[in-house]
Amino acid sequence: MLLQQIINGLTVGGVYALIALGYTLVYGILELINFAHGEIYMIGAYLGIIFLGIFTASGLTQYSLFLSLFLTFIMSVIVCSAYGFTVEKLAYKPLRNAPRLNPLISAIGVSIFLQNYVMLTQGATDKVFPHVLPVTTVKFLDVTMTSLQIFIIIASILLMAGLHVFIMKTKTGKAMRAVAQDKVMASLMGINIDRIISVTFIIGSGLAAVAGLMVAMYYGLVNYSIGYIAGIKAFTAAVLGGIGSIPGAMIGGFVLGLIESLGASYLSSEYKDAYAFIVLIVILLIKPTGLLGKSEGQKP
Amino acid sequence: MLPELPVTCHSLLVTYFIMLKLENIRTSYGRIEAVKGISLEVGRGEIVCLIGSNGAGKSTTLMTISGVLAPAGGTIYFEGNETRGLPAHKIVSMGISQVPEGRRIFPKLTVRENLEMGAFLRGKGQGAGGKGDFASQLDYVFSLFPVLHERQKQLGGTLSGGEQQMLAIGRALMSQPRLLLLDEPSLGLAPIIVGKIFRTIRDLNAGGLTILLVEQNAKAALRLSHRGYVMESGTITGEGPGNELLSDPHIKKAYLGE
Repeated sequence: MLLQQIINGLTVGGVYALIALGYTLVYGILELINFAHGEIYMIGAYLGIIFLGIFTASGLTQYSLFLSLFLTFIMSVIVCSAYGFTVEKLAYKPLRNAPRLNPLISAIGVSIFLQNYVMLTQGATDKVFPHVLPVTTVKFLDVTMTSLQIFIIIASILLMAGLHVFIMKTKTGKAMRAVAQDKVMASLMGINIDRIISVTFIIGSGLAAVAGLMVAMYYGLVNYSIGYIAGIKAFTAAVLGGIGSIPGAMIGGFVLGLIESLGASYLSSEYKDAYAFIVLIVILLIKPTGLLGKSEGQKP
Repeated sequence: MLPELPVTCHSLLVTYFIMLKLENIRTSYGRIEAVKGISLEVGRGEIVCLIGSNGAGKSTTLMTISGVLAPAGGTIYFEGNETRGLPAHKIVSMGISQVPEGRRIFPKLTVRENLEMGAFLRGKGQGAGGKGDFASQLDYVFSLFPVLHERQKQLGGTLSGGEQQMLAIGRALMSQPRLLLLDEPSLGLAPIIVGKIFRTIRDLNAGGLTILLVEQNAKAALRLSHRGYVMESGTITGEGPGNELLSDPHIKKAYLGE
């Protein structure tokens, strides 16, 4: 029972962590809470259904399920990244030097716009994920895991490891960290700040697309409003881990998933959504900078 | 044909010898006009210092040259090309590097990563400005400041003030600039370290690097420099060879405490 709930928690937690990374990456660089990020995740879920639908209708899925799913992921990531890139250019970049409240309001505006845009183009009713995935389960001790759960946990961990290597080892990753620490100084190094900001939005949106697609596969249903609650929970995960901290967002996502899953099974499932926010309040009271966050005072 | 030749020669010589030229530059910080129409020149191979009290607009001038702040008026020429209106990262690529006030190293990057950022435009790829170029420039910086070699895996923020200053200078040199802007390199450092930093500046200049130095430590700066400019509340109020300014009674009284 306990192990089962841990597996369920890790599955959801991996998804939260992937979305939380988008919040924390953008915050680290722009000190902006990108409230439209949940909508990017929701668009990722829709894109998954659309692309898989296209590939199924064209016969590719029947030919090779693996290839079809792989291309669905790739296409959703590319299109979602284009959405994230465009949102930054249209809604945030013009406000780069405005007071901090302005881009925040702009973010909320983008969020409302994208929700309604998807509702108008895709309809207000739930969309069903194509029934193409074989359901296989693995029994291990008393635990039953679906192949999808294993896939979600492994894929999210691999993506996070990949992101970690990218941030720590590549030239662009190091430049991202430099920009997060001191924008003016980074520009004096010859780093094009606008390019780094675009890269940040593209990566965050790509991760959100994967998260959205995996959730669509996991629950089988999506609608235009799923971005709101998922976005707020992932934001909670990011704050829980310490906003701006990349390992923090990863840990925060998994911790949140576990709390929800364990709370739902041992306390009451009716308050499932409330546990996340209770934990957030407690963390903010005890350690306002989050688990791995550093206080602003340490910045030079 | 013939009478035109000297004119062309003259302009070529001017472009060659005058590396940086500011004409009537005005820059505002928020609503305050910090630089009120200054003109100055830095010749190739010179050390030129800009002295003046706190808030005179010296750092604003450097940030304007680097393209971080956009001037409201005036023109800037670097090696004959106008740079006004170019973004900071473009100006770095032209060959101007800055060590800003307060050093501003990246505290959560390692010493080596800080230096890599300095070489951001040089890249680590192949060909000119490639891998070998990066390695030899890194060796050069380590030879100037051996302590950076010892500490290359440490986070920048864990270094002492003097070491951070060395890192900031080393980082600026990684882009192989032709003009180095130095803002208050002696600020907050122990006298023995200040001596070392000033010696390094002299050596860099002897190696052919042109330097524009901003300092509050006017005496040391003027001794080091070929020429100096005195800046007071956003305007230039005096200029001349370093030793001439050192003996000027007004400057003695206002900046040298004599």
